[in-house]
Amino acid sequence: MATENGKQAEAESRQSQPKSKLLLSLRLAAVLATATATVVMTLNKQSTRMAVAVVGTSPILQTFTAAFQQTPAFVYFVIANAIASLYNLLVLLLRPFLKAKPHDILVHLLDEVIFALVATGAAAAASMAELGKNGNVHARWNPICDRFEAFCIRGGLALMASFAGALLLLLMNAFSTFTLHKSVLSQD
Amino acid sequence: MVKASSRLFSLLLRLLAAAATLCATVIMATSHDSTTLFGLTLDAKFQYTPSFKFFVVANAIGCGYSLVVLFVPPTSSLSRLVIVLDVMVAMLLTAAIAAAGALAQLGKRGNSHAGWLPTCGQIPSFCHHVMGALICALVGVVAYLLLLLHTIHTVLTPLFP
Repeated sequence: MATENGKQAEAESRQSQPKSKLLLSLRLAAVLATATATVVMTLNKQSTRMAVAVVGTSPILQTFTAAFQQTPAFVYFVIANAIASLYNLLVLLLRPFLKAKPHDILVHLLDEVIFALVATGAAAAASMAELGKNGNVHARWNPICDRFEAFCIRGGLALMASFAGALLLLLMNAFSTFTLHKSVLSQD
Repeated sequence: MVKASSRLFSLLLRLLAAAATLCATVIMATSHDSTTLFGLTLDAKFQYTPSFKFFVVANAIGCGYSLVVLFVPPTSSLSRLVIVLDVMVAMLLTAAIAAAGALAQLGKRGNSHAGWLPTCGQIPSFCHHVMGALICALVGVVAYLLLLLHTIHTVLTPLFP
């Protein structure tokens, strides 16, 4: 009975080697994606000078700035992606100390929470980005992407990186859920 | 294996989630207001904003899914798929709240840097409807979260010694 259990544990650990490698690579890719999104959106700033009035023949120019701090949705986006990338980096660095079963379950639950954070940050920022690109005729809100093209492009890239990170986190959650459930089903 | 009390608890949570998402859908769908400014009639409907349309669709999907899943027997192989779909629908609902919440904050405060004026002063009924819909959807998301935690606890219990 004891040798059977020992052989089963060995077979399981051999089977879980490619799975743990897959989870590791997914987590690393998620760190890169969310870190990219954070950095690109943080450095997203553009200033343009536009003519506000004309005095005689010379126009009066004023500098307008578009930055991510002006929109609370983008601030939340930056914070959410920063938290997600730091958390995943921490889990990657602390992997040798997190081998026990309760640690596994805790990391899995926190993974779900972090995925929810990234998904909501991306959703809020995407709604703001759509508004900035198309405006809203009924609310008399003009689109800003025609004036601040670089701001919009960089914001779009950050958003794409965040969506990629959210997808990677979703895949990682799904795989680790199946792994945990499989170990439960084998014990049933 | 699945106790009757835990089944009852998850049934109640699903009913709560279905009711909350149904409320959110209906309240957002019936939100419209119009005001007259300088002889022009300005009206506000949820269809004018893609985020609010997404909110209505997502909550409708959440409500329909909750009601359909009530009829799935809890120990079949379909119940494993239900766990996965629960997570996906919970994510959909939270994303809907996030998107609609961003637009609602903008409508209330405006954005002075983009030259966007706040519109809630002219259309108070619309803004109240949106706030009510957001609260109902939040209740639905909390119900889904509790349901997920309950499912994880009852299904993964053998792992806890």
